[in-house]
Amino acid sequence: MLHALEGSQAIAQAVALCRPGVVAAYPITPQTHIVENISKLVADGKLKCEFVSVESEFSAASVALGAAATGSRAYTASSSQGILLMAEVLFNIAGLRLPMVLTCANRAIGAPINIWNDHQDSMTVRDSGWIQLFCADNQEAVDTTIQAFRIAERLELPVMVCMDGFVLTHTLEVVDLPSAEQVDSYLPPFTFANKLDPRRPLSLGTLVGPEYYSESRHSLHRALQKSIPEIVAADKDWKKLTGRSAGGLLTVEGPKDAKTAILAMGSVVSTLCEANEVLAPKRKTKLIKLRAFRPFPVEALVQVCEGLTELIVVDRAFSPGQGGILGTEVRSALAGMKKKPTIKNFAIGLGGRDIPLETITHLLDAAKEQEEGDFAILDVELNKLPPEDR
Amino acid sequence: MIEIRIHGRGGQGNVVAAYLLASAAFEEGRRCQAFPNFGAERRGAPVVAFVRIADKAIRRRCQVREPSFLIIQDASLLHIPGVLEGLKKGGGILVNAPQSSEDLSKEYKQTMVALPGTQLANEYLGKPMPNVALLAAFLTLTEIVPHTALSKALTHRFKGEVLAKNLKLVEEIGHRVPAGLWKGVADAARA
Repeated sequence: MLHALEGSQAIAQAVALCRPGVVAAYPITPQTHIVENISKLVADGKLKCEFVSVESEFSAASVALGAAATGSRAYTASSSQGILLMAEVLFNIAGLRLPMVLTCANRAIGAPINIWNDHQDSMTVRDSGWIQLFCADNQEAVDTTIQAFRIAERLELPVMVCMDGFVLTHTLEVVDLPSAEQVDSYLPPFTFANKLDPRRPLSLGTLVGPEYYSESRHSLHRALQKSIPEIVAADKDWKKLTGRSAGGLLTVEGPKDAKTAILAMGSVVSTLCEANEVLAPKRKTKLIKLRAFRPFPVEALVQVCEGLTELIVVDRAFSPGQGGILGTEVRSALAGMKKKPTIKNFAIGLGGRDIPLETITHLLDAAKEQEEGDFAILDVELNKLPPEDR
Repeated sequence: MIEIRIHGRGGQGNVVAAYLLASAAFEEGRRCQAFPNFGAERRGAPVVAFVRIADKAIRRRCQVREPSFLIIQDASLLHIPGVLEGLKKGGGILVNAPQSSEDLSKEYKQTMVALPGTQLANEYLGKPMPNVALLAAFLTLTEIVPHTALSKALTHRFKGEVLAKNLKLVEEIGHRVPAGLWKGVADAARA
């Protein structure tokens, strides 16, 4: 049924539809409204679940870890420094192969302190072993949240649903919420074979020495690689059920014969797609919306890049001293292509800087000037800096 | 697509105003988008929110830089640079101010419609929250959607006495501004 909902409220409803057993949370802007709305649903008796208000994000992730380990469907959400404070636990959750879902309401990381949107938080924990799926609008965020529980539980891997802070979390727009029956038919109750159970004692998180550590890490890597078909299947089945796809691994939009493409993740894709229609740049351009960042879908990406002469990768975060994170990964992924496009890389919209429609033209113009292998912040205003910092 | 920018001060229900306007459009089967541009949220600080209303899905997520309409919840914001910036030619400005529209327009050398929103809110709601009064007036001026749509949106958000008082306010204050004055602008933006 269609509703006009704030993004956070839509996510709270989606989580409730998944019937979580334990939700643990600590507030941080711009994530707060999500767990606030979940706690209201619990207080109003509309959601039967253990809601644990903890004293830090470290504890929020730890409670969720414990809950998942005992076979409960667990959820938490955070942003920015909150994600960083969770970092140690996030690595543990993945390393222990515990299925759970976390919403990252993407926000910049200080210093300087900034509450607005970019992707530096989830990028900083990209190596934690979590599946990371990025959403372009609130409908995708709702659908991806529900899919995430299924993916997590089938694979015994945690899933991070990344949605842009403020730009999505605080935007009211029309969202189609599935019915409880639909979600129940899609997402069976959680049964966890390896759960901690006093009737069947087992050890979890024991010390692993050099003789088995590599094998343990190898199996985590393998599990992430093998999650690709499950992510595709979860979206296909969702489409069968609701008529909507949340974007699979990646999707392509725009003129089929375009030789130039812009690749990006998250809500910026939504703006760039409209810009591509409204401003119709002379250089015909496709948009590649990457939804799965972990696992990184190399094969699918190579396939959609066949025939391109130019690929512009848009980052919403970067690695100081190196360059765009997504840009670097795309370059590495396409390195083996026989006829690979030239790859240009820009970061835009850091710390909430507005991304207007004309960005598409600026990207296409700047790409002409950029040397292959370089990286730049497209919308940086150098005149604000002392000459030695430019 | 109709684009609206709402300026107010923290605590005036600026975001709620944006959400209500978008929700009212949704009640009439339109597509909508509303979002705030928060500074660090605190009472009294200037805040901005944006609304888009269209007949098909809205995909752009940038701020509204060239609105067809401005709703100003606090007349003192008119002194802040940039508040009136980007208004489309022929666009409408609705201001919460106790003066007459003529006096206000003369004072700022720009055509504006004034509504004593704070006074009306005090009278009807017992609270100086001008947002719903301004929205009711805005719908009278533009006729984007009928007042009943705003009432429906209010019903989803409030209950009890607060709701009853707001519904009465919406019903009774429409005539205070000229009906359909900005209909042409709204229709042109829609097309």
